[in-house]
Amino acid sequence: MEKFSSVKGISAPLINKSGNQLSLMMNVDTDMIIPKQFLKTIKRSGLGKNLFDEMRYDSGGKEIDSFILNKEPFRKAKILIAGKNFGCGSSREHAPWSILDFGIKVIIAPSFADIFFNNSFKNGILPIKLDEKIINSLIDVSMKGEELEVDLIDQVITLHDRKIEFDVDPINKDCLVKGLDDIGSTLEKVSFIDEFEGELFDKRPWDIPS
Amino acid sequence: MSEPKTIYDKIWESHLAYEDEGDCLLYIDRHLIHEVTSPQAFEGLRMSNRTVRRPQNALAVADHNIPTTDRALGIGDEESEIQIQTLEDNCKEFGIEYIKTSDKRQGIVHIIGPEQGFTLPGLTIVCGDSHTSTHGAFGALAHGIGTSEVEHVLATQTLIQKKAKNFQVKINGKCNDNVTAKDLALSVIGAIGTAGGTGYVIEYTGEAVESLSIEGRMTLCNLTIEAGARAGLVSPDQKTFEYLKDRPMSPKGDEWDSAVEYWKTLASDKGAKYDKTIEIDAGNLTPLVTWGTSPEDVISIDGNIPNLEDIKDDSKRSAVKRSLDYMNLIPGSPIKGVPIDRVFIGSCTNGRIEDLREAASILPGKKVSERVSAMVVPGSGLVKEQAEEEGLDKIFIEAGFEWREPGCSMCLAMNADKLSPKERCASTSNRNFEGRQGREGRTHLVSPKMAAAAALAGCLTDVREMVL
Ligand code: SF4
Repeated sequence: MEKFSSVKGISAPLINKSGNQLSLMMNVDTDMIIPKQFLKTIKRSGLGKNLFDEMRYDSGGKEIDSFILNKEPFRKAKILIAGKNFGCGSSREHAPWSILDFGIKVIIAPSFADIFFNNSFKNGILPIKLDEKIINSLIDVSMKGEELEVDLIDQVITLHDRKIEFDVDPINKDCLVKGLDDIGSTLEKVSFIDEFEGELFDKRPWDIPS
Repeated sequence: MSEPKTIYDKIWESHLAYEDEGDCLLYIDRHLIHEVTSPQAFEGLRMSNRTVRRPQNALAVADHNIPTTDRALGIGDEESEIQIQTLEDNCKEFGIEYIKTSDKRQGIVHIIGPEQGFTLPGLTIVCGDSHTSTHGAFGALAHGIGTSEVEHVLATQTLIQKKAKNFQVKINGKCNDNVTAKDLALSVIGAIGTAGGTGYVIEYTGEAVESLSIEGRMTLCNLTIEAGARAGLVSPDQKTFEYLKDRPMSPKGDEWDSAVEYWKTLASDKGAKYDKTIEIDAGNLTPLVTWGTSPEDVISIDGNIPNLEDIKDDSKRSAVKRSLDYMNLIPGSPIKGVPIDRVFIGSCTNGRIEDLREAASILPGKKVSERVSAMVVPGSGLVKEQAEEEGLDKIFIEAGFEWREPGCSMCLAMNADKLSPKERCASTSNRNFEGRQGREGRTHLVSPKMAAAAALAGCLTDVREMVL
């Protein structure tokens, strides 16, 4: 996994319009992020072109102009801003893979679905939870195409005259910063697993499938 | 005496292989594998020269991608074929048992696990699929994981986890006739919202849950993920043990007896503390249906679609507007009578024998509406076989349903079974997301009986009126 320290770039807000009201899309689910026809791949890469496929292209495969990631400068967005409960739905890791393959490294939302949240860290994406009011105050800046800088080391987002601090679990942060592989670190504790397994099979022999 | 514990606390504590502040290593007893979320995990193992720690603790089957038409004709889609072949090859290479597509035990992972007795109380079970929560019906701690975690479990037989909080959903009273486990589950999601369970494990308790069959409990736990919780649990009881006795992979002889003794100790203790509790009265429930594009968008079949003016919160209102536009529904109008084009009975939510029996029960002597194309996809080859023994296939076929081969099918529409744009479907599956059953398709989640009733009426209808 690539090491993550800071990201500077354009941010793209996913918004709904109702009259003149702009509001961030809630419950963006994994089927919206990457529809199932793209799950047939046996690889991790190449999914970026199908990120948000049904919102991004019409049924003939043509780009839908009004969708934010089809507009300049958002085609180069590195940061995504969305409403509550981002990433709900399936456990498919194709969702973070497609986001990363598009070039997005940070997602800012008031809340995330659990599995997606975990999957993000495991793929080198930083999901940031912020208060909804603060996120709403980012929409304007973001729509103007101004860059944001997200510094994971200091846990701060900088936009020209403002700084916004954010929280991140220290273990998740450490993995991202060092680009650590979970399996490697777990295998360092393999003696504990061996010991546990030995006792388990004595105590609950039916645990071993027959 | 030690503190009273919940079943979740007990399973958690009995599976801690390593404890640290914060993250722990949870030992994983059983791992179900399917074709969509595993190829990259096996690839990862190969790339880092790692192996599978306990191949005998895993069981693999292809379900998401396979056609539900005649299996002898092959897969028919090149990419799907490669994915399924890759699963078979990976299982062979790493020594994992694989149920072939031609085997009658083949079916949806969450249906075959319990059928084979692979799912047992008190175990930790994972699968690269969010509806793994289904297995919680047996009092197993079961949750969906992503592909990185699939690889992690393959390599280490553990998962890095933080303990979740305990959420009790107590369902009191008894369900009225024609109100099913599906309606209970939808009512829970409607009550707490799709993010209501985030950070929690939900335990279902109360009279209505105790009186559910094991199949019904599976439906309830299956939909827990739609309420945002990673796992759902029901404490095991006599019904659980009876269901599991003599299943092919269940323990046998003395081992069975000691297992049952142990399983009896798993139920949550009296006085156990929950971080959150809600109570629902089953007696108040009616058959439910979803109107929107999130499983929390539920109303009673005799209710009305929401009015935009009634919604105070701006972001909620624009979300509802987007859903109603997508669903092409008129705000404020009754949901009953909305015409439908398709009916899908199946999935890991409602593809078990009991579901098929319930749906079939209202069909004899009646015909599917001319405007509707309806299909039944049994959850597994064994469900299909059982249904055929009982003559359910004939009832469905005579009424005008298609009778298919097992698989996920139109639950996620990865194979050829999908809605055409703008088609409207009454579906027994679990997700009504935009595009879930096919691009621009419109899904209404309902129980099997309600789906069968809709097929006959040609519109969303109240099953209670049909069975009068
Ligand atoms: S039936 Fe649907 S929800 Fe269940 S495992 Fe298959 S695709 Fe997932």
